[in-house]
Amino acid sequence: MNVIESLNKEFESRIRLGIMSVLLVNDWVDFREMKEMLNITDGNLASHISALEKSGYVEIKKEFVGKKPKTSYRVTQSGRVAFNEHLNALEKLIKGK
Amino acid sequence: MNDKHHEDLQHIRSMMERSSRFISLSGISGIIAGIIALIASFIAYKLIKSNGGDYFGNKHINLLGALITKLIITSLATLVIAIFFGIYFTIQKSKKNNLTIWNSLSKKLLTSLLIPLIAGGIFCVALFYHNHLGFIAPSMLIFYGLALMNASKYTFNDVEYLGYCELVLGLAALFLVGYGLIFWAIGFGLLHIIYGFVMQKKYH
Repeated sequence: MNVIESLNKEFESRIRLGIMSVLLVNDWVDFREMKEMLNITDGNLASHISALEKSGYVEIKKEFVGKKPKTSYRVTQSGRVAFNEHLNALEKLIKGK
Repeated sequence: MNDKHHEDLQHIRSMMERSSRFISLSGISGIIAGIIALIASFIAYKLIKSNGGDYFGNKHINLLGALITKLIITSLATLVIAIFFGIYFTIQKSKKNNLTIWNSLSKKLLTSLLIPLIAGGIFCVALFYHNHLGFIAPSMLIFYGLALMNASKYTFNDVEYLGYCELVLGLAALFLVGYGLIFWAIGFGLLHIIYGFVMQKKYH
């Protein structure tokens, strides 16, 4: 397989790379903190997260803290594997040239 | 294309770093804490001396009730002032970098720092209670060093090295009881000032 092909299309956007990077080194991260870390809008984050959820890379937990709803995210096992493969492919591309 | 991949990797690295380490600790607060500690050591030395005690050496000194009260007030005031400036400069720095100060990261940092520190505090109160005054300064240094080492995994690595230094200093002081004030001044004064300058130079 070509190295370029092994790059995961799901991780093409910077925002998704950011989300995955944050989730890889943390346990559950809530919406507010994720938004602040990436410095993006609510809608932007929500749409990228739901795309990652559809691919099965991220799981979502909704709960109530007092009366406020809180949404948190965590990387799934397949998300971890997919992201690591993507990282390896990126590294190979850079070293190969 | 290669540039894009390179930037991607850099972005990933910086996001991992930013989300797992609290980077708003300020070097200035280290310098100020150090200066406050030096002033406090000097005041403590003067207080003991003016009450007829000779702090240095292994000679047993009789600390009178009034003097002990004054020393305790000095140490509590030192603690409050140092913490105040520490928090103040940390807030300033996180505002400047546009980062929130109260998040899961700073909570983890604070818990991992406070648990060994509170244990150390209780330990020192017990030493005081049993009248082993000479062991208080070394114990403060040891527990502070362990607390820093524990907390360092959520912030700059430099904090870990500061922890090692405090620990070694505290262990050495255990064998030189009677010189606790000097070790305390080096550990909480001098080392904090050096650490503060290193941080300022490295991360500014």
